[in-house]
Amino acid sequence: MFYREAGQFKTSYASDLAVFPILQDRIGIAVILAIAFVVIPLTGNDFIINAVMIPFLIFSLAAIGLNLLTGYTGQLSLGTGAFMGVGAYACYKLTTIFPGVNIIILVVASGFFSALVGAVFGLPSLRIKGFYLAIATLAAQFFLEWCFTRIPWLYNYNLSTAIEVPQRELFGVIVTGPRATAETRYYIVLAIVVAMTWVASNLVHGRIGRMWMAVRDMDIAAELMGIRLLPTKLLAFAVSSFYCGVAGAMMVFLWYGGAEANVFNINQSFTTLFMIIIGGLGSILGSFLGAALIYILPIVLRFLPPELGLSLHAATIEHITYMTVGVLIIFFLIAEPAGLARLWQIGKQKLRVWPFPY
Amino acid sequence: MHVLYLIFIDPFVQMGTAPDLLVQTLWEGLVGGMLYALIALGFVLIFKASGVFNFAQGIMVVFSALTLVGLYAHGVPAFLALALTVAVMYLLAFTVERVVLRPLVNQPDIILFMATFGITYFLIGFGEFVFGGDPKVMITDDLYLPKGSITYKAFGGIVSLQRLDIVAVVVASIMVAGLGVFFSKTRIGRALRAVADSHSAALSVGISLEQIWVIVWFAAGLVALVTGIFWGARSDVSFALEVIALKALPVLILGGFTSIPGAIVGGLIIGIGEKLGEFYWGPLVGGGTDAWFAYVIALVFLLFRPQGLFGEQIIERV
Repeated sequence: MFYREAGQFKTSYASDLAVFPILQDRIGIAVILAIAFVVIPLTGNDFIINAVMIPFLIFSLAAIGLNLLTGYTGQLSLGTGAFMGVGAYACYKLTTIFPGVNIIILVVASGFFSALVGAVFGLPSLRIKGFYLAIATLAAQFFLEWCFTRIPWLYNYNLSTAIEVPQRELFGVIVTGPRATAETRYYIVLAIVVAMTWVASNLVHGRIGRMWMAVRDMDIAAELMGIRLLPTKLLAFAVSSFYCGVAGAMMVFLWYGGAEANVFNINQSFTTLFMIIIGGLGSILGSFLGAALIYILPIVLRFLPPELGLSLHAATIEHITYMTVGVLIIFFLIAEPAGLARLWQIGKQKLRVWPFPY
Repeated sequence: MHVLYLIFIDPFVQMGTAPDLLVQTLWEGLVGGMLYALIALGFVLIFKASGVFNFAQGIMVVFSALTLVGLYAHGVPAFLALALTVAVMYLLAFTVERVVLRPLVNQPDIILFMATFGITYFLIGFGEFVFGGDPKVMITDDLYLPKGSITYKAFGGIVSLQRLDIVAVVVASIMVAGLGVFFSKTRIGRALRAVADSHSAALSVGISLEQIWVIVWFAAGLVALVTGIFWGARSDVSFALEVIALKALPVLILGGFTSIPGAIVGGLIIGIGEKLGEFYWGPLVGGGTDAWFAYVIALVFLLFRPQGLFGEQIIERV
């Protein structure tokens, strides 16, 4: 009743190919974007913007990147953290080498370095798949992490071995460095994430996305239909790493303001993998839902006991958070193996037929 | 030219001139590899019987060691604590089967894999919640594990072997042999192999899948306990072992996912290769190579023999 496509006719090819063919979807997206661009910066305090929204968006982007590879192309990867690190370190070196260039261009450009590295480490996918491939990507994870600490050139021979974000201005506004306001950084992150989500959505709805999904569903059949596996898989690795790299660069430049190599350790890879499994494999929306659940849930758990009047040790809360996340992962896998995105599908169907049960 | 000399000639010259150091490095690699092999063994047991890639095996090692030490710290006598830990591992196997595996039966592999991630997280949180997160010392004295080292004058120098390591190697060998006999000679072992071959065929001849899964997770838990005791005795018992447990994954690639001898041989190759690489070639690139050397060995190996040294089925070529 509320969500009904009846009466909305597609009268041209362009409308048939639209990403949001239904009016209600377009309204919903407009409302979400309005909230993201207007309401949150106006009403949210520094904590909400800096500690919740910015990381949520960054993790969503990384999750989209991994989802393109694992969810859409079916190549299991455990190297996400390292690919994010490549983006961050590439961006850091680029700002050192080209101090005058617009920082946003550099953040996006660093994704290309990540894409290159990702494609190289994607080469084993031509011979192996499944868990074997996952272990092969672990090699990327540990090797790159080692590079971040052992190659001093990457962190400009800093004694602290950490990378620190220099202050950069854009049109007279400070956008990076410790003096940039949370709102400015939020807007930049939001703009990049929205733009790249739009690109990703178009990618997966188009020819390339169909090729990826064909490879995922059955690679031999895909090859028989004339899809060349080598370029397709490598493209998936490259695009996925591009997204992860940009997310990593944003994480350091627009959120942390400085980082050491251990930010990009194996746990980052696992966390991103949880996000897409919980959110839904092969779904852009699922990447956002998964990132929201996995990232925001621990924050809520941290603040809930004091609100309820319970005083617990920080360590105890940490342990309970671990247990809860573990239980939730198992619970979601049992209740809905297809992820949160599937729940949204079911919800849409309910809205469509309401007030009737079917 | 000099670089080539440093890479291809110099390490071997060093090996030749100081054979005692070489033997020492090999021994340390052997012991480290034995522990990798034990973790890999737990993986293989579960993968064979249920097709589940059990990511939680590394955590089960830490969890069992932590339970043992934690119970002892609460005043339980050492061997009673050991028995209780065995009981806890059985309870864990039973719970995992009932709560996680049974509802998820027939799901895709990746879902089951993710579920073991959930188990991992739960065990980390639970273990630290109950026993505290600080590193603990393994109770070697009370379990009558020997201390100190034996020093030989051999190979033109001194080679020292830790007594504990010798016991670890002996116990691990006995356990592997025991498992081999269990698998090939007993009724339950045959049932396990039947389940490994085909779930539905095993069901049709009256083998209870649920029971087999509990048994195999329990066996993996016992292997984890033994690993945990010896590993904990070499370093502290803490969840920092988690990352080291990931080293068992390249071992699996080398040995094949379904082969028990493969796990052992793979573990030894990885352990020795890693130590040799770090000792002789590591300084050339600034050290710390053991973080990734094992994975690169595995990666190179994959290109030539994707099914592993002893893998039963050839994984599908892409």
